[in-house]
Amino acid sequence: MSSVPDTTSKINFTDNDTKFDESGIQYVINPHDEFGLTKAMQIKEKTGAELVVLNVGTAKTEPVIRKVLAIGADKAVRIDADPKDSYFTAVQIAHYINNHDEFDLIIAGKESLDYNGGMVHGLVAGMTSKKFINAVMGLELKDNNMVEVAREIDGGKEFIETSLPLIIGGQKGLVKEEELRIPNMRGIMMARKKPLEVLPAVEAAVKTKIDKFEKPAPKGAIKLVDKDNLDELIDLLHNEAKVI
Amino acid sequence: MSILIYAEQQNGKVAKSAKELASYAKAYADKTGQDVVAVGAGLEDADSLFQYGVSKVLNVNDDTLKTFNAFAHAQMVAQAAGQQGADLILISDSNDAVYMGPILADKLDAGYVSHVIGLPEDGGNFTVKRKVFSNKGIAYTEVLSDKKLLRLAKNSFGMLENPVAGSVEDFAPDVDKSVYETYKVTKVDKATGKVSLTDADIIVSAGRGLKGPENWGMVEELADVLGAATACSKPVADMGWRPHTEHVGQTGKQVAPNLYIAIGISGAIQHLAGVNGSKNMLVINNDPEAPFFKAADYGVVGDAFEVVPKLIEKLKAFKNQ
Repeated sequence: MSSVPDTTSKINFTDNDTKFDESGIQYVINPHDEFGLTKAMQIKEKTGAELVVLNVGTAKTEPVIRKVLAIGADKAVRIDADPKDSYFTAVQIAHYINNHDEFDLIIAGKESLDYNGGMVHGLVAGMTSKKFINAVMGLELKDNNMVEVAREIDGGKEFIETSLPLIIGGQKGLVKEEELRIPNMRGIMMARKKPLEVLPAVEAAVKTKIDKFEKPAPKGAIKLVDKDNLDELIDLLHNEAKVI
Repeated sequence: MSILIYAEQQNGKVAKSAKELASYAKAYADKTGQDVVAVGAGLEDADSLFQYGVSKVLNVNDDTLKTFNAFAHAQMVAQAAGQQGADLILISDSNDAVYMGPILADKLDAGYVSHVIGLPEDGGNFTVKRKVFSNKGIAYTEVLSDKKLLRLAKNSFGMLENPVAGSVEDFAPDVDKSVYETYKVTKVDKATGKVSLTDADIIVSAGRGLKGPENWGMVEELADVLGAATACSKPVADMGWRPHTEHVGQTGKQVAPNLYIAIGISGAIQHLAGVNGSKNMLVINNDPEAPFFKAADYGVVGDAFEVVPKLIEKLKAFKNQ
Protein backbone atom coordinates (compact mmCIF):
# COMPACT_ATOMS: atom_id res chain seq x y z
CA MET A 1 0.00 0.00 0.00
CA SER A 2 1.29 3.41 -0.95
CA SER A 3 0.56 6.65 0.81
CA VAL A 4 0.27 9.32 -1.89
CA PRO A 5 -0.74 12.98 -2.17
CA ASP A 6 -4.49 13.51 -2.36
CA THR A 7 -5.48 13.62 -6.04
CA THR A 8 -6.56 17.26 -5.77
CA SER A 9 -3.10 18.35 -4.55
CA LYS A 10 -1.22 21.12 -6.27
CA ILE A 11 2.26 19.80 -6.96
CA ASN A 12 5.30 21.99 -6.23
CA PHE A 13 9.01 21.38 -5.85
CA THR A 14 11.51 22.81 -3.42
CA ASP A 15 15.27 22.87 -2.63
CA ASN A 16 16.19 24.12 -6.08
CA ASP A 17 13.62 21.82 -7.64
CA THR A 18 15.32 18.71 -6.29
CA LYS A 19 12.58 17.71 -3.82
CA PHE A 20 8.83 17.33 -3.81
CA ASP A 21 7.31 20.08 -1.68
CA GLU A 22 5.29 18.32 1.03
CA SER A 23 3.97 21.46 2.67
CA GLY A 24 0.19 21.54 2.76
CA ILE A 25 -0.11 18.09 1.18
CA GLN A 26 -2.76 15.72 2.49
CA TYR A 27 -1.87 12.05 2.09
CA VAL A 28 -4.34 9.34 1.13
CA ILE A 29 -4.39 5.63 0.35
CA ASN A 30 -3.23 5.31 -3.27
CA PRO A 31 -6.56 5.24 -5.19
CA HIS A 32 -5.67 2.03 -7.08
CA ASP A 33 -4.83 0.40 -3.72
CA GLU A 34 -8.20 1.46 -2.35
CA PHE A 35 -9.96 -0.80 -4.84
CA GLY A 36 -7.57 -3.60 -3.85
CA LEU A 37 -8.17 -3.02 -0.14
CA THR A 38 -11.94 -3.29 -0.49
CA LYS A 39 -11.51 -6.45 -2.60
CA ALA A 40 -9.26 -7.86 0.14
CA MET A 41 -11.88 -7.03 2.77
CA GLN A 42 -14.55 -8.85 0.77
CA ILE A 43 -12.33 -11.92 0.47
CA LYS A 44 -11.47 -11.78 4.18
CA GLU A 45 -15.15 -11.62 5.11
CA LYS A 46 -15.96 -14.54 2.85
CA THR A 47 -13.06 -16.84 3.65
CA GLY A 48 -11.85 -15.73 7.06
CA ALA A 49 -8.42 -14.93 5.66
CA GLU A 50 -6.04 -12.71 7.58
CA LEU A 51 -5.41 -9.35 5.94
CA VAL A 52 -2.01 -7.74 6.39
CA VAL A 53 -1.13 -4.29 5.03
CA LEU A 54 2.48 -3.72 4.04
CA ASN A 55 4.01 -0.32 3.39
CA VAL A 56 7.53 0.85 2.67
CA GLY A 57 7.84 4.31 4.11
CA THR A 58 8.99 6.57 6.88
CA ALA A 59 6.91 7.24 10.00
CA LYS A 60 5.09 9.87 7.96
CA THR A 61 2.97 7.16 6.29
CA GLU A 62 1.55 5.88 9.59
CA PRO A 63 -1.67 7.94 9.54
CA VAL A 64 -2.56 6.34 6.19
CA ILE A 65 -1.59 2.87 7.49
CA ARG A 66 -3.87 3.44 10.51
CA LYS A 67 -6.65 4.32 8.10
CA VAL A 68 -6.20 0.95 6.36
CA LEU A 69 -6.37 -0.76 9.76
CA ALA A 70 -9.51 1.24 10.56
CA ILE A 71 -11.09 0.04 7.34
CA GLY A 72 -10.41 -3.51 8.46
CA ALA A 73 -6.91 -4.89 7.90
CA ASP A 74 -5.86 -7.15 10.79
CA LYS A 75 -2.30 -5.97 11.14
CA ALA A 76 0.21 -3.70 9.53
CA VAL A 77 3.88 -3.90 8.70
CA ARG A 78 5.91 -0.84 7.85
CA ILE A 79 9.38 -1.25 6.46
CA ASP A 80 11.12 1.81 7.77
CA ALA A 81 12.75 3.43 4.76
CA ASP A 82 12.39 6.27 2.36
CA PRO A 83 11.37 4.42 -0.84
CA LYS A 84 14.24 5.77 -2.92
CA ASP A 85 13.28 4.16 -6.21
CA SER A 86 11.04 1.36 -7.41
CA TYR A 87 13.84 -1.22 -7.42
CA PHE A 88 14.83 -0.39 -3.83
CA THR A 89 11.19 -0.60 -2.74
CA ALA A 90 10.68 -3.92 -4.54
CA VAL A 91 13.73 -5.41 -2.81
CA GLN A 92 12.24 -4.48 0.59
CA ILE A 93 8.86 -6.03 -0.20
CA ALA A 94 10.36 -9.15 -1.79
CA HIS A 95 12.59 -9.66 1.25
CA TYR A 96 9.57 -9.52 3.54
CA ILE A 97 7.53 -11.89 1.38
CA ASN A 98 10.39 -14.36 1.05
CA ASN A 99 10.65 -14.45 4.83
CA HIS A 100 6.90 -14.70 5.43
CA ASP A 101 5.78 -17.09 2.76
CA GLU A 102 2.22 -17.33 3.95
CA PHE A 103 0.38 -15.08 1.50
CA ASP A 104 -2.04 -16.52 -1.04
CA LEU A 105 -2.83 -13.24 -2.66
CA ILE A 106 -0.73 -10.08 -2.77
CA ILE A 107 -2.64 -7.07 -4.01
CA ALA A 108 -0.82 -3.95 -5.13
CA GLY A 109 -2.12 -1.02 -7.14
CA LYS A 110 -1.18 -1.06 -10.82
CA GLU A 111 0.63 2.22 -10.23
CA SER A 112 1.04 4.64 -7.32
CA LEU A 113 -0.25 8.10 -8.07
CA ASP A 114 2.89 9.89 -6.94
CA TYR A 115 5.85 8.71 -9.00
CA ASN A 116 3.68 6.59 -11.34
CA GLY A 117 6.38 3.93 -11.76
CA GLY A 118 3.97 1.03 -12.22
CA MET A 119 6.67 -1.57 -11.67
CA VAL A 120 7.11 -2.51 -8.00
CA HIS A 121 4.55 -5.35 -8.20
CA GLY A 122 6.16 -6.97 -11.24
CA LEU A 123 9.68 -6.60 -9.87
CA VAL A 124 8.54 -8.24 -6.62
CA ALA A 125 7.01 -11.08 -8.65
CA GLY A 126 10.37 -11.61 -10.31
CA MET A 127 12.28 -11.48 -7.04
CA THR A 128 9.91 -13.89 -5.28
CA SER A 129 9.19 -16.17 -8.29
CA LYS A 130 5.49 -15.63 -7.86
CA LYS A 131 2.82 -15.38 -10.50
CA PHE A 132 1.76 -11.88 -11.50
CA ILE A 133 -1.07 -10.23 -13.43
CA ASN A 134 -1.28 -6.48 -13.98
CA ALA A 135 -4.12 -4.00 -14.52
CA VAL A 136 -6.60 -6.32 -12.85
CA MET A 137 -10.22 -5.14 -13.07
CA GLY A 138 -11.92 -8.25 -11.73
CA LEU A 139 -10.98 -11.22 -9.57
CA GLU A 140 -12.97 -14.23 -8.49
CA LEU A 141 -11.77 -17.04 -6.27
CA LYS A 142 -12.70 -20.50 -7.52
CA ASP A 143 -12.33 -23.97 -6.01
CA ASN A 144 -8.96 -25.67 -5.55
CA ASN A 145 -6.95 -22.45 -5.27
CA MET A 146 -7.94 -21.43 -8.77
CA VAL A 147 -8.74 -17.84 -9.55
CA GLU A 148 -10.31 -16.08 -12.51
CA VAL A 149 -8.85 -12.67 -13.24
CA ALA A 150 -9.99 -9.98 -15.68
CA ARG A 151 -7.08 -7.97 -16.99
CA GLU A 152 -7.44 -4.73 -18.89
CA ILE A 153 -6.15 -4.88 -22.45
CA ASP A 154 -6.21 -2.10 -25.04
CA GLY A 155 -9.84 -1.78 -26.06
CA GLY A 156 -11.28 -4.37 -23.70
CA LYS A 157 -10.48 -7.08 -21.18
CA GLU A 158 -9.01 -10.53 -21.12
CA PHE A 159 -10.04 -13.26 -18.68
CA ILE A 160 -7.25 -15.40 -17.30
CA GLU A 161 -7.50 -18.57 -15.27
CA THR A 162 -4.60 -19.16 -12.93
CA SER A 163 -3.92 -20.36 -9.40
CA LEU A 164 -2.87 -18.88 -6.08
CA PRO A 165 -0.46 -17.69 -4.82
CA LEU A 166 -0.62 -14.66 -7.05
CA ILE A 167 0.48 -11.02 -7.12
CA ILE A 168 -1.81 -8.55 -8.85
CA GLY A 169 -1.61 -4.90 -9.87
CA GLY A 170 -5.16 -3.81 -9.10
CA GLN A 171 -7.21 -0.92 -10.35
CA LYS A 172 -10.70 0.43 -10.72
CA GLY A 173 -13.16 -2.35 -11.51
CA LEU A 174 -11.82 -4.78 -8.87
CA VAL A 175 -14.81 -3.63 -6.83
CA LYS A 176 -17.53 -1.12 -7.63
CA GLU A 177 -16.92 2.52 -6.75
CA GLU A 178 -19.90 2.50 -4.34
CA GLU A 179 -18.47 -0.53 -2.51
CA LEU A 180 -15.28 1.31 -1.50
CA ARG A 181 -14.93 1.24 2.27
CA ILE A 182 -14.31 4.21 4.48
CA PRO A 183 -13.39 3.95 8.16
CA ASN A 184 -16.16 4.24 10.75
CA MET A 185 -15.78 5.29 14.39
CA ARG A 186 -15.61 1.73 15.70
CA GLY A 187 -12.99 0.86 13.11
CA ILE A 188 -10.91 3.89 14.05
CA MET A 189 -11.05 2.94 17.76
CA MET A 190 -10.12 -0.66 17.00
CA ALA A 191 -7.29 0.37 14.69
CA ARG A 192 -5.45 1.94 17.63
CA LYS A 193 -5.10 -1.49 19.24
CA LYS A 194 -4.11 -3.38 16.11
CA PRO A 195 -0.44 -4.30 15.71
CA LEU A 196 1.74 -2.09 13.51
CA GLU A 197 5.13 -3.72 13.23
CA VAL A 198 8.06 -1.56 12.14
CA LEU A 199 10.90 -3.45 10.48
CA PRO A 200 14.29 -2.12 9.46
CA ALA A 201 15.06 -1.89 5.74
CA VAL A 202 17.52 -4.27 4.13
CA GLU A 203 20.53 -3.02 2.20
CA ALA A 204 19.59 -2.38 -1.39
CA ALA A 205 20.95 -0.42 -4.28
CA VAL A 206 18.97 1.92 -6.47
CA LYS A 207 18.86 1.72 -10.24
CA THR A 208 17.46 5.16 -10.92
CA LYS A 209 17.83 8.55 -9.31
CA ILE A 210 15.89 11.78 -9.78
CA ASP A 211 18.29 14.69 -10.38
CA LYS A 212 15.70 17.43 -10.55
CA PHE A 213 12.06 18.21 -11.10
CA GLU A 214 10.24 20.73 -13.16
CA LYS A 215 6.64 21.66 -13.75
CA PRO A 216 5.12 21.09 -17.17
CA ALA A 217 5.40 24.16 -19.39
CA PRO A 218 2.33 26.33 -19.02
CA LYS A 219 -0.13 26.10 -21.86
CA GLY A 220 -0.25 28.98 -24.31
CA ALA A 221 -3.36 31.13 -24.11
CA ILE A 222 -6.52 29.42 -25.24
CA LYS A 223 -8.01 30.47 -28.58
CA LEU A 224 -11.67 31.16 -28.08
CA VAL A 225 -13.97 30.82 -31.05
CA ASP A 226 -17.41 32.39 -31.17
CA LYS A 227 -20.17 29.79 -31.12
CA ASP A 228 -21.65 31.35 -34.23
CA ASN A 229 -18.39 31.11 -36.13
CA LEU A 230 -17.58 27.41 -36.07
CA ASP A 231 -16.00 27.63 -39.53
CA GLU A 232 -13.11 29.38 -37.83
CA LEU A 233 -12.81 26.46 -35.39
CA ILE A 234 -12.67 23.96 -38.23
CA ASP A 235 -10.05 26.10 -39.96
CA LEU A 236 -7.92 26.18 -36.77
CA LEU A 237 -8.21 22.43 -36.22
CA HIS A 238 -7.36 21.77 -39.86
CA ASN A 239 -4.67 24.34 -40.66
CA GLU A 240 -3.12 25.16 -37.29
CA ALA A 241 -3.47 22.06 -35.10
CA LYS A 242 -3.55 19.81 -38.20
CA VAL A 243 -5.68 17.24 -36.42
CA ILE A 244 -8.62 16.98 -38.81
CA MET B 1 25.82 -2.11 -30.30
CA SER B 2 22.18 -1.52 -30.96
CA ILE B 3 19.01 -0.18 -29.45
CA LEU B 4 16.17 -2.68 -29.23
CA ILE B 5 12.48 -1.86 -29.52
CA TYR B 6 9.61 -4.19 -28.66
CA ALA B 7 7.31 -3.93 -31.69
CA GLU B 8 3.72 -4.90 -30.97
CA GLN B 9 1.24 -5.87 -33.62
CA GLN B 10 -2.41 -5.20 -34.11
CA ASN B 11 -4.29 -7.72 -36.25
CA GLY B 12 -0.92 -8.77 -37.62
CA LYS B 13 0.21 -5.29 -38.62
CA VAL B 14 2.95 -3.29 -36.88
CA ALA B 15 1.25 -1.08 -34.28
CA LYS B 16 1.60 2.70 -34.48
CA SER B 17 3.26 2.65 -31.07
CA ALA B 18 6.11 0.60 -32.56
CA LYS B 19 6.70 3.28 -35.18
CA GLU B 20 6.89 5.92 -32.49
CA LEU B 21 9.36 3.78 -30.53
CA ALA B 22 11.40 3.34 -33.71
CA SER B 23 11.42 7.10 -34.33
CA TYR B 24 12.65 7.75 -30.80
CA ALA B 25 15.28 5.03 -30.97
CA LYS B 26 16.55 6.23 -34.36
CA ALA B 27 16.87 9.84 -33.16
CA TYR B 28 19.01 8.67 -30.25
CA ALA B 29 20.90 6.07 -32.31
CA ASP B 30 21.98 8.78 -34.74
CA LYS B 31 23.62 10.63 -31.86
CA THR B 32 25.39 7.60 -30.50
CA GLY B 33 26.23 5.78 -33.74
CA GLN B 34 24.05 2.75 -33.01
CA ASP B 35 21.58 0.71 -35.05
CA VAL B 36 17.94 0.19 -34.22
CA VAL B 37 16.68 -3.38 -34.02
CA ALA B 38 13.05 -4.38 -33.45
CA VAL B 39 11.70 -7.62 -32.05
CA GLY B 40 8.11 -8.75 -32.38
CA ALA B 41 5.90 -11.76 -33.00
CA GLY B 42 3.88 -12.26 -36.17
CA LEU B 43 4.59 -8.91 -37.80
CA GLU B 44 3.14 -9.30 -41.31
CA ASP B 45 4.47 -5.95 -42.48
CA ALA B 46 7.73 -5.97 -40.51
CA ASP B 47 9.48 -4.06 -43.31
CA SER B 48 7.26 -1.02 -42.65
CA LEU B 49 9.58 -0.30 -39.73
CA PHE B 50 12.50 0.47 -42.10
CA GLN B 51 10.70 3.71 -42.89
CA TYR B 52 11.17 4.79 -39.26
CA GLY B 53 14.82 3.91 -38.96
CA VAL B 54 14.81 0.24 -37.97
CA SER B 55 17.56 -1.61 -39.83
CA LYS B 56 16.82 -5.10 -38.55
CA VAL B 57 13.56 -6.74 -37.49
CA LEU B 58 13.68 -9.98 -35.53
CA ASN B 59 10.33 -11.47 -36.43
CA VAL B 60 9.06 -14.44 -34.43
CA ASN B 61 6.86 -16.74 -36.46
CA ASP B 62 5.68 -19.03 -33.72
CA ASP B 63 1.92 -19.43 -33.47
CA THR B 64 1.94 -19.63 -29.67
CA LEU B 65 4.09 -16.53 -29.28
CA LYS B 66 1.88 -14.52 -31.64
CA THR B 67 -0.53 -14.28 -28.71
CA PHE B 68 0.68 -12.02 -25.95
CA ASN B 69 1.82 -13.50 -22.66
CA ALA B 70 3.83 -11.14 -20.49
CA PHE B 71 6.26 -13.80 -19.26
CA ALA B 72 6.76 -15.37 -22.69
CA HIS B 73 7.29 -12.03 -24.37
CA ALA B 74 9.66 -10.88 -21.63
CA GLN B 75 11.78 -13.95 -22.39
CA MET B 76 11.58 -13.22 -26.11
CA VAL B 77 12.68 -9.59 -25.70
CA ALA B 78 15.40 -10.43 -23.17
CA GLN B 79 16.90 -13.01 -25.56
CA ALA B 80 16.78 -10.57 -28.46
CA ALA B 81 18.57 -7.99 -26.28
CA GLY B 82 21.23 -10.54 -25.40
CA GLN B 83 21.73 -11.64 -28.99
CA GLN B 84 22.00 -8.04 -30.25
CA GLY B 85 24.08 -6.77 -27.34
CA ALA B 86 21.45 -4.10 -26.71
CA ASP B 87 21.78 -2.15 -23.48
CA LEU B 88 18.89 0.16 -24.22
CA ILE B 89 15.45 -1.38 -24.70
CA LEU B 90 12.27 0.56 -25.46
CA ILE B 91 8.66 -0.44 -24.90
CA SER B 92 5.35 1.36 -25.42
CA ASP B 93 2.71 2.15 -22.82
CA SER B 94 0.10 -0.27 -24.17
CA ASN B 95 -1.52 -2.40 -21.48
CA ASP B 96 0.48 -5.41 -22.67
CA ALA B 97 3.84 -3.63 -22.62
CA VAL B 98 3.10 -2.04 -19.24
CA TYR B 99 2.39 -5.54 -17.88
CA MET B 100 5.56 -6.98 -19.38
CA GLY B 101 7.80 -4.04 -18.37
CA PRO B 102 8.75 -4.96 -14.79
CA ILE B 103 9.07 -8.67 -15.65
CA LEU B 104 11.53 -7.74 -18.39
CA ALA B 105 13.36 -5.26 -16.14
CA ASP B 106 13.81 -8.00 -13.54
CA LYS B 107 15.10 -10.46 -16.15
CA LEU B 108 17.59 -7.99 -17.57
CA ASP B 109 18.47 -6.49 -14.20
CA ALA B 110 17.78 -3.19 -15.91
CA GLY B 111 16.95 0.21 -14.50
CA TYR B 112 13.42 0.85 -15.73
CA VAL B 113 11.83 4.24 -16.30
CA SER B 114 8.16 4.65 -17.23
CA HIS B 115 6.27 7.62 -18.72
CA VAL B 116 9.38 8.81 -20.57
CA ILE B 117 8.71 11.95 -22.61
CA GLY B 118 12.09 12.98 -24.02
CA LEU B 119 15.31 11.72 -25.53
CA PRO B 120 18.20 11.14 -23.14
CA GLU B 121 19.70 14.51 -22.20
CA ASP B 122 23.08 15.49 -23.59
CA GLY B 123 25.97 15.11 -21.18
CA GLY B 124 27.74 12.30 -19.41
CA ASN B 125 24.91 10.67 -17.50
CA PHE B 126 21.99 8.79 -18.97
CA THR B 127 19.11 11.01 -17.89
CA VAL B 128 15.60 11.13 -19.31
CA LYS B 129 12.58 13.25 -18.55
CA ARG B 130 9.54 11.41 -17.29
CA LYS B 131 6.10 12.42 -16.17
CA VAL B 132 5.36 12.09 -12.46
CA PHE B 133 2.49 13.05 -10.14
CA SER B 134 -0.02 12.18 -12.88
CA ASN B 135 1.31 14.71 -15.39
CA LYS B 136 1.61 17.46 -12.78
CA GLY B 137 5.39 17.22 -12.68
CA ILE B 138 8.41 16.16 -14.69
CA ALA B 139 11.35 14.30 -13.14
CA TYR B 140 14.81 14.19 -14.72
CA THR B 141 15.61 10.58 -13.98
CA GLU B 142 19.09 9.19 -14.21
CA VAL B 143 19.46 5.48 -14.93
CA LEU B 144 22.45 4.09 -13.04
CA SER B 145 22.51 0.49 -14.30
CA ASP B 146 24.21 -0.72 -17.50
CA LYS B 147 21.00 -2.09 -18.96
CA LYS B 148 18.25 0.44 -19.40
CA LEU B 149 14.57 -0.12 -20.10
CA LEU B 150 12.41 2.86 -21.07
CA ARG B 151 8.66 2.95 -21.45
CA LEU B 152 7.79 5.80 -23.79
CA ALA B 153 4.62 7.81 -23.15
CA LYS B 154 2.30 7.69 -26.13
CA ASN B 155 2.42 10.69 -28.47
CA SER B 156 5.31 12.27 -26.57
CA PHE B 157 7.78 11.90 -29.43
CA GLY B 158 5.70 11.34 -32.54
CA MET B 159 6.33 9.29 -35.68
CA LEU B 160 9.22 10.60 -37.74
CA GLU B 161 10.11 9.06 -41.07
CA ASN B 162 13.80 8.32 -41.39
CA PRO B 163 14.12 5.55 -43.96
CA VAL B 164 17.01 3.11 -43.82
CA ALA B 165 17.85 -0.10 -45.66
CA GLY B 166 16.80 -3.00 -43.50
CA SER B 167 16.37 -6.73 -43.21
CA VAL B 168 13.78 -8.98 -41.62
CA GLU B 169 15.14 -12.07 -39.90
CA ASP B 170 13.31 -15.07 -38.51
CA PHE B 171 13.91 -15.21 -34.80
CA ALA B 172 13.27 -18.34 -32.78
CA PRO B 173 13.81 -17.60 -29.09
CA ASP B 174 13.93 -20.42 -26.60
CA VAL B 175 10.81 -19.62 -24.59
CA ASP B 176 9.27 -21.69 -21.81
CA LYS B 177 5.75 -21.98 -23.20
CA SER B 178 4.28 -23.50 -20.05
CA VAL B 179 3.40 -19.91 -19.04
CA TYR B 180 0.53 -20.08 -21.54
CA GLU B 181 -0.88 -22.88 -19.38
CA THR B 182 -0.07 -21.12 -16.10
CA TYR B 183 -2.02 -18.10 -17.30
CA LYS B 184 -4.79 -19.57 -19.36
CA VAL B 185 -6.76 -17.02 -21.34
CA THR B 186 -10.36 -18.18 -21.31
CA LYS B 187 -12.09 -15.23 -22.96
CA VAL B 188 -11.33 -11.88 -24.58
CA ASP B 189 -13.91 -9.09 -24.53
CA LYS B 190 -13.05 -6.50 -27.08
CA ALA B 191 -15.37 -3.97 -28.61
CA THR B 192 -15.19 -4.52 -32.34
CA GLY B 193 -15.85 -1.93 -34.98
CA LYS B 194 -15.23 0.83 -32.47
CA VAL B 195 -12.12 2.95 -32.15
CA SER B 196 -10.50 2.09 -28.84
CA LEU B 197 -9.53 4.85 -26.43
CA THR B 198 -5.89 3.83 -26.34
CA ASP B 199 -5.50 3.85 -30.12
CA ALA B 200 -7.63 6.85 -30.94
CA ASP B 201 -6.11 9.91 -32.59
CA ILE B 202 -9.18 11.89 -31.61
CA ILE B 203 -11.32 11.44 -28.51
CA VAL B 204 -14.74 13.01 -27.97
CA SER B 205 -15.50 13.14 -24.27
CA ALA B 206 -18.51 14.45 -22.43
CA GLY B 207 -19.47 15.19 -18.85
CA ARG B 208 -22.31 16.04 -16.56
CA GLY B 209 -23.13 19.09 -18.70
CA LEU B 210 -24.97 16.72 -21.02
CA LYS B 211 -27.63 16.23 -18.34
CA GLY B 212 -28.41 12.57 -19.04
CA PRO B 213 -27.40 9.41 -20.89
CA GLU B 214 -30.19 9.94 -23.43
CA ASN B 215 -28.24 12.90 -24.82
CA TRP B 216 -25.15 10.94 -25.89
CA GLY B 217 -26.40 10.51 -29.46
CA MET B 218 -24.72 13.72 -30.58
CA VAL B 219 -21.46 12.75 -28.85
CA GLU B 220 -21.41 9.48 -30.73
CA GLU B 221 -22.31 11.18 -33.98
CA LEU B 222 -19.50 13.71 -33.57
CA ALA B 223 -17.12 10.82 -32.84
CA ASP B 224 -18.36 9.00 -35.96
CA VAL B 225 -17.75 12.01 -38.16
CA LEU B 226 -14.23 12.38 -36.81
CA GLY B 227 -13.37 8.67 -36.63
CA ALA B 228 -12.91 9.26 -32.92
CA ALA B 229 -13.38 7.23 -29.75
CA THR B 230 -15.87 8.30 -27.09
CA ALA B 231 -15.00 8.93 -23.45
CA CYS B 232 -16.55 10.46 -20.37
CA SER B 233 -15.76 12.09 -17.02
CA LYS B 234 -15.78 10.24 -13.70
CA PRO B 235 -19.20 11.44 -12.43
CA VAL B 236 -20.81 10.29 -15.67
CA ALA B 237 -19.35 6.80 -15.27
CA ASP B 238 -20.19 6.73 -11.56
CA MET B 239 -23.82 7.62 -12.27
CA GLY B 240 -23.96 4.79 -14.78
CA TRP B 241 -24.68 7.05 -17.75
CA ARG B 242 -21.72 5.52 -19.58
CA PRO B 243 -19.64 2.37 -19.03
CA HIS B 244 -16.64 2.62 -16.70
CA THR B 245 -14.36 1.67 -19.56
CA GLU B 246 -14.99 5.14 -20.98
CA HIS B 247 -13.90 6.99 -17.84
CA VAL B 248 -10.78 9.03 -18.47
CA GLY B 249 -8.97 10.82 -15.67
CA GLN B 250 -6.49 10.22 -12.90
CA THR B 251 -8.16 7.03 -11.65
CA GLY B 252 -9.62 6.06 -15.00
CA LYS B 253 -7.78 5.80 -18.28
CA GLN B 254 -4.93 8.13 -19.06
CA VAL B 255 -5.14 9.19 -22.67
CA ALA B 256 -2.96 11.24 -25.02
CA PRO B 257 -4.66 11.65 -28.40
CA ASN B 258 -3.84 14.30 -31.00
CA LEU B 259 -7.14 15.99 -30.23
CA TYR B 260 -9.23 15.71 -27.07
CA ILE B 261 -12.67 17.30 -27.26
CA ALA B 262 -14.30 17.96 -23.88
CA ILE B 263 -18.01 18.70 -23.95
CA GLY B 264 -19.71 19.83 -20.77
CA ILE B 265 -16.75 18.82 -18.61
CA SER B 266 -15.70 21.43 -16.09
CA GLY B 267 -12.07 20.31 -15.95
CA ALA B 268 -11.43 19.19 -12.36
CA ILE B 269 -7.76 18.66 -11.60
CA GLN B 270 -8.25 14.87 -11.49
CA HIS B 271 -9.80 14.87 -14.93
CA LEU B 272 -7.05 17.04 -16.39
CA ALA B 273 -4.40 14.73 -14.95
CA GLY B 274 -5.73 11.97 -17.18
CA VAL B 275 -5.96 13.96 -20.38
CA ASN B 276 -3.34 16.70 -20.38
CA GLY B 277 -0.90 14.56 -22.32
CA SER B 278 -3.14 15.29 -25.33
CA LYS B 279 -1.52 17.26 -28.14
CA ASN B 280 -4.53 19.56 -28.53
CA MET B 281 -7.57 20.10 -26.37
CA LEU B 282 -10.85 21.67 -27.44
CA VAL B 283 -13.39 22.54 -24.78
CA ILE B 284 -17.07 23.26 -25.35
CA ASN B 285 -18.81 24.53 -22.24
CA ASN B 286 -21.49 27.09 -21.45
CA ASP B 287 -19.67 28.26 -18.31
CA PRO B 288 -16.83 30.62 -19.30
CA GLU B 289 -15.40 30.18 -15.79
CA ALA B 290 -14.96 26.39 -16.19
CA PRO B 291 -11.35 25.53 -15.26
CA PHE B 292 -10.98 23.57 -18.49
CA PHE B 293 -10.71 26.86 -20.41
CA LYS B 294 -7.39 27.46 -18.62
CA ALA B 295 -5.96 24.13 -19.77
CA ALA B 296 -7.29 23.85 -23.32
CA ASP B 297 -5.92 25.10 -26.64
CA TYR B 298 -9.25 25.89 -28.26
CA GLY B 299 -12.53 26.80 -26.69
CA VAL B 300 -16.13 27.55 -27.53
CA VAL B 301 -18.32 29.15 -24.88
CA GLY B 302 -21.82 27.99 -25.57
CA ASP B 303 -24.58 25.51 -24.96
CA ALA B 304 -23.42 22.04 -26.00
CA PHE B 305 -26.90 21.21 -27.29
CA GLU B 306 -26.60 24.11 -29.71
CA VAL B 307 -22.86 23.99 -30.55
CA VAL B 308 -22.33 20.25 -31.03
CA PRO B 309 -25.07 19.62 -33.64
CA LYS B 310 -23.86 22.68 -35.56
CA LEU B 311 -20.27 21.46 -35.37
CA ILE B 312 -21.35 18.05 -36.69
CA GLU B 313 -23.03 19.69 -39.70
CA LYS B 314 -19.99 21.87 -40.42
CA LEU B 315 -17.62 18.91 -40.08
CA LYS B 316 -19.71 16.77 -42.41
CA ALA B 317 -19.58 19.56 -45.01
CA PHE B 318 -15.82 19.92 -44.45
CA LYS B 319 -15.23 16.17 -44.84
CA ASN B 320 -17.23 16.10 -48.06
CA GLN B 321 -15.17 18.81 -49.67
